[in-house]
Amino acid sequence: MTARTLFRKLWEEHVVSEAPGVPAMLYVDLHLIHEVTSPQAFAGLRARGLRVRCPERTIATMDHSTPTVPGGLAVVDAAGRAQLERLRENCEAYGVRLYPLGAPENGIVHVMAPELGLSQPGMTIVCGDSHTSTHGAFGALAFGIGTSEVEHVLATQCLLQRPAKTYEVRFDGTPRPGVGPKDYILALCARIGVSGATGHVLEYTGSAIRQLSMEGRMTLCNMSIECGARAGLVAPDDATFQYLAGRPFAPQGAAFDAALRRWRRLPTDEGASFDRRLELDVSTLAPMLTWGTNPGMGAAVDAPLPRPEDHPAGPVREALEKSLEYMGLTPGEPLLGRPIDVVFIGSCTNSRLEDLRQAASVMRGRKVPPQVRVLVVPGSQQVKRQAEAEGLHELFRAAGAEWREPGCSMCIAMNGDELLPGQYAVSTSNRNFEGRQGKGGRTFLGSPLTAAAAAVTGRVTDVRQLL
Amino acid sequence: MQRLQRIRSKVAPLLVDNVDTDQIIPARFLKVLDKHGLGQHCFADWRYDAEGRPLASFVLNQARHAGAQILLVGDNFGCGSSREHAPWALLGAGFRVLLGTSFADIFRNNALKNGILPVTLDAELHERLAERLARHPELELTVDLERCRLEVPDEASIPFSLDEFARHCLLEGVDELGYLLARAPLIAQYEAERAARLAAEGTP
Ligand code: SF4
Repeated sequence: MTARTLFRKLWEEHVVSEAPGVPAMLYVDLHLIHEVTSPQAFAGLRARGLRVRCPERTIATMDHSTPTVPGGLAVVDAAGRAQLERLRENCEAYGVRLYPLGAPENGIVHVMAPELGLSQPGMTIVCGDSHTSTHGAFGALAFGIGTSEVEHVLATQCLLQRPAKTYEVRFDGTPRPGVGPKDYILALCARIGVSGATGHVLEYTGSAIRQLSMEGRMTLCNMSIECGARAGLVAPDDATFQYLAGRPFAPQGAAFDAALRRWRRLPTDEGASFDRRLELDVSTLAPMLTWGTNPGMGAAVDAPLPRPEDHPAGPVREALEKSLEYMGLTPGEPLLGRPIDVVFIGSCTNSRLEDLRQAASVMRGRKVPPQVRVLVVPGSQQVKRQAEAEGLHELFRAAGAEWREPGCSMCIAMNGDELLPGQYAVSTSNRNFEGRQGKGGRTFLGSPLTAAAAAVTGRVTDVRQLL
Repeated sequence: MQRLQRIRSKVAPLLVDNVDTDQIIPARFLKVLDKHGLGQHCFADWRYDAEGRPLASFVLNQARHAGAQILLVGDNFGCGSSREHAPWALLGAGFRVLLGTSFADIFRNNALKNGILPVTLDAELHERLAERLARHPELELTVDLERCRLEVPDEASIPFSLDEFARHCLLEGVDELGYLLARAPLIAQYEAERAARLAAEGTP
């Protein structure tokens, strides 16, 4: 048999039919939905008089518009509340399991599904949300879809898809202190750009990936979409299996052992070839920070800002000028030491227990300056409970940070947690697009360590100085 | 879905690379239950000032581009969020055709599902079109999907490609769901075969 990549195996397992001139019909094992991208899909079903084909394969959560202050639905604005209520009605009408606001399982879709053991190796996983790539950390083919496709999956459990090309990114070496998976992925985005992997599924390989926890792999896969990739993958290994063992939706007992045998066949075969390859040595990386208005506009935290005039006249130079102007930054100057207004520690990229522990390790015994606002937003109720059991909430509060309820929060600024025009934030989220964290807000993306360093100094800081 | 066969229209140029869907429709406008009414918010943060007044410098506010159904965009248009609100907003703002050098994958998919045709042009032609438009903003192009050709005044007509299935859906104004539903027996067969295979291995 020919050697196959992990992607190829996942793809072939899920092809329902292929015909010339038509995209393949791909079967979806797990469909996740949330309040923002699902109402029109259910409305479509209703208009056509269709049912949900496999209600047990769809799981719903509330995360984007949910408040991160206590009070539940009562403190959500009318439009957000209407969406949340519509999700509840739709789930009831069509028999879809929903983990609503306040439920012990509730959380950001890409945090709660893995921690419940829903996301498993060998699956196809989709959600009307581009960061569905997160679940690729388990060796699942996981990708974001639009609302029309949400409707297709609800009605048929299938999608029409064309096969992607494959792209291996190999991370080797041992990272220096202060450097971790968020820095790896920001470095990759900076290296290949925001369209560097368009049309491709990335597979992250190499010794540095094997060393990562599942949380770290999720951080990495989460941002695959930020370099344009359709999905990101990490082959499952013992770390994956240990993570899954005993989780509520993971197979149990003999079924788990049988699943293990199947999962162990998933990794890319020796000799399989990729359409593209890239190697990065993580031992050469510094903590990364973005300075611009897309995730590819990043550099080592201690690097000077780029100078547009170093580039020939053309779109690259114009983009640099436009970004630096929006960000209110001076070409060539250092970013280090720049005062910031807000620090956001959260989002589906970096709101898991490991992320919060990292941030806490820097904030322990230090104080947030009074002019700086620091939000720590756990990714799920479970993360919140775990963090509180360890006393992390007390530690954050003692430092002067706000310890909030779970949700997407200031990653997308739909729930009232937002930057004011002109404010600067260091954020552990995944997008620094203009206005993403609030109209006119300016975002520097970095790791939980880098965000914590900014929190306790009130400035862009190289966390290595605080370790 | 509205069908698209042949469109003759003026062209509005938005020549910025890596335009993300947060710009096309900012997140604060996503709290809706249907697909309509988003056109007025399309590019809201580039189009209006802090008081909500239209900025004369932004292309969608310029009288000479009013009524354009074709938008000339830069590279990697539609990157970022998978929100289908982006094509809904573009459609609401009157656009049916996007001409660019590349499109982000999810956005491209979403556009096609809403009767918007993304056409990928080579860089040289893209540049030439941009230059001609700068000199002659009233220039009208014809996009002929029947023949897969772009007709530019004073140029030989330019072929473009679109996969046959997407082209069929656009020409007929049908979406993919009908195709999928018609294949329900294949889906049932796949489910049964896979379940049997997994059961033989001892896993659910
Ligand atoms: S945390 Fe941000 S990126 Fe993640 S799902 Fe929520 S809004 Fe999307």
